[in-house]
Amino acid sequence: MTTNQLLFGALPYAVVLLAVMVTIVRWRRLPFSVSSLSSQLLESRKLYWGSVPFHWGISLILVGHLLALIIPSGFELWNGESVRLFLLEATGLGLALWAAFGITVLIARRLTSDRVKAVTTPMDVVVLLIIAVQIVTGIWIAVGYRFGSFWGTSVFVPYIRSLIVFQPAPEYVDPLPWVLKSHVLAFYAFVAVFAFSRLVHIIALPIQYLWRPWQRVVFMRKPSGVYHPAAPRPQDQGSKDHEPKQLTDQSASK
Amino acid sequence: MKVRAQMSMLFHLDKCIGCHTCSVACKNLWTDREGAEYMWWNNVETRPGTGYPTGWEDQEHYKGGWHRDEKGRLKLVLHSKSAGLGKLFYNPSLPELDDYYDPFTFKYGDLFNSPQQEQQVTAIPISKITGTPVEISTGPNWDDDLGGSDIYARNDPSMEGIDEATRAQMEEIERVVLNYVPRICNHCLNPACVAACPSGAIYKRGEDGVVLVNEDKCRGWRMCVAGCPYKKVYYNWDTGKSEKCILCFPRMETGQAPACAHSCVGRIRYMGVLLYDQDRIADVTSLPEDELVDAQLDMILDPWDDAVVAAAAAAGIDDGWIDAARRSPVYKFVKEWGMALPLHPEYRTAAMMFYIPPLSPVMSTVERNLVRLDIPEDRRDFALADELDKARMPLKYLANLFTVGDVEPIRRILKMMFAVRSYKRRQSVEGDMDSDTLGLLESAGLSEAEAEAIYKLTTVPTIDDRFVFPPYHREMSIETLEDPLVRKGITGFGQINRPKRDA
Ligand code: SF4
Repeated sequence: MTTNQLLFGALPYAVVLLAVMVTIVRWRRLPFSVSSLSSQLLESRKLYWGSVPFHWGISLILVGHLLALIIPSGFELWNGESVRLFLLEATGLGLALWAAFGITVLIARRLTSDRVKAVTTPMDVVVLLIIAVQIVTGIWIAVGYRFGSFWGTSVFVPYIRSLIVFQPAPEYVDPLPWVLKSHVLAFYAFVAVFAFSRLVHIIALPIQYLWRPWQRVVFMRKPSGVYHPAAPRPQDQGSKDHEPKQLTDQSASK
Repeated sequence: MKVRAQMSMLFHLDKCIGCHTCSVACKNLWTDREGAEYMWWNNVETRPGTGYPTGWEDQEHYKGGWHRDEKGRLKLVLHSKSAGLGKLFYNPSLPELDDYYDPFTFKYGDLFNSPQQEQQVTAIPISKITGTPVEISTGPNWDDDLGGSDIYARNDPSMEGIDEATRAQMEEIERVVLNYVPRICNHCLNPACVAACPSGAIYKRGEDGVVLVNEDKCRGWRMCVAGCPYKKVYYNWDTGKSEKCILCFPRMETGQAPACAHSCVGRIRYMGVLLYDQDRIADVTSLPEDELVDAQLDMILDPWDDAVVAAAAAAGIDDGWIDAARRSPVYKFVKEWGMALPLHPEYRTAAMMFYIPPLSPVMSTVERNLVRLDIPEDRRDFALADELDKARMPLKYLANLFTVGDVEPIRRILKMMFAVRSYKRRQSVEGDMDSDTLGLLESAGLSEAEAEAIYKLTTVPTIDDRFVFPPYHREMSIETLEDPLVRKGITGFGQINRPKRDA
């Protein structure tokens, strides 16, 4: 197996498997550990200038990448007209610069605020560095290898798709310059640390908020559920879980 | 009618001595750990004052609670649901640590380890967050007893040589009045923290109305902190989770009063069950401001009413709870006598902790350095009842705290308290009763028997009179859910995971 095959053929499976398995275990066994770990209480002003540009910039770019993966033909069609190609590339670059500005502020904040330093773990630094590498190489590619949204659909999209259908074709990536490779590798690093870092908070994005009722009322036992000694115990019914399973969730006022 | 039960606490402010024993009891039990040092689930504020966190009542700034829009609909002040999601990355209404204070300790080690030197060693204050020296400039009760406003001024050496008129003017401070307002989470019927939480981690417990944060579901979005108008949800900067007053539910479940209430030196706190109509919450909380107080008190149901008892039974509330609701001292003060009010009902959360406003002496006047009570000799006994508007603690101020600015309920309650006091004084000092005193009682709308009962519960209640807990039957609720023998090995209040910041 060549290095290329190892890094671009095997590694992605390893890191995704790691991320998925550990995330599931962490989510189920250690739900207390899943948090955005916000430090806004400790430092707010710099966080505003860092967090908002960073999060919005990076999320929108991520959505762009995903779209390219899902509907590459759409991108090709859109890019058929050079004005639209410029528009797309400029938007992407703008978002990347915005995110880069954000992460710069965030890194500076971690380095300068005593209170934030007090809650910074080594893993936080690792995460920040990985993402910084991602953003820097991304901008580099956007500027130096124009136009990514144009050639990407014929290089990266088939590569990623080959991974998804379990027929890895790392040859797509082999001839690429190292900057492009490191952009991909940084992503794999991102996936690798995902489950072990604060990054898990990404999947905690609470969109269910949009449709849940405003109020939540939880009964610890069903309002009428009085234990009758003659009734079989839950365990007799085959339940081995000691978690209170019969919590009933009732909404009060809408 | 859908009946639910609520464990409710009542604070008799006339009895609070501002000793902070309650706060310390709470701190020792629950928040004496990293990340929670700055949390005061129970705090005692001097009024007038800015409270804790500083200026928490300024909802223009903090955006807590609910408001009623032009169409009469109830809206969270903080955000709509979609706008709330948009603010996940930065919450503009979140208080900062400096709105609370930098929790500090002292470098006691220096006292032992310092080399011999000329001066006495001192233990310098250091931040409990950064571990570095801090200049302590604020704290959770920094303006305690109006600290800073008058004691320093009065002993000021520069006062010498200042003319009489200016002095008198400065000593107007003599008239300054204060009272204490102890605060815990209000365990509201329409909690804004629950509504603000995007993760749905906060919930109101159906059985007893305690509002709790599920620490396993909390993801640290901190919307609850901003959404609670009373600022009684705190963000633990170490674990990245929100925490709040739990009304000591593990104590209540075993028939003990919450730590703050149990330790209260002034014995100002009462606890008991209130039954209320869940169906009316939405309507009541969206009424116009001047109807809010009455409507909220009206939601509380009469546990002697057959229809209420039947509806409660239908909702699965067992007899023990109905019996406790009948004996509830909170019910007596709030409903039977109408002496207690919720704090800031205009936040529209339907707060379920109640306050009896404090009496205060009648305003005096200062004349030629002499403080003189401005009361005719023969009416001295009735001074306050006659001249409630001259009470040192202005009625309007109390009304702003408890009745959205309406002084009438405050006047009525203070008059009742004063009438009971005059009645008992006459009885015990003079050993008889006169028509003036009885007239006062009557004008306060009280019978002699009622006055006696109010006196008993206010002044000489036993611990069992103050705290009436229903049987929680935890043993039964556990058995419906799990095997007691398994449960026995896993029970306890501690975290199974260490309560520590993870990566
Ligand atoms: S312990 Fe009681 S008397 Fe003392 S401050 Fe607290 S509420 Fe007031």
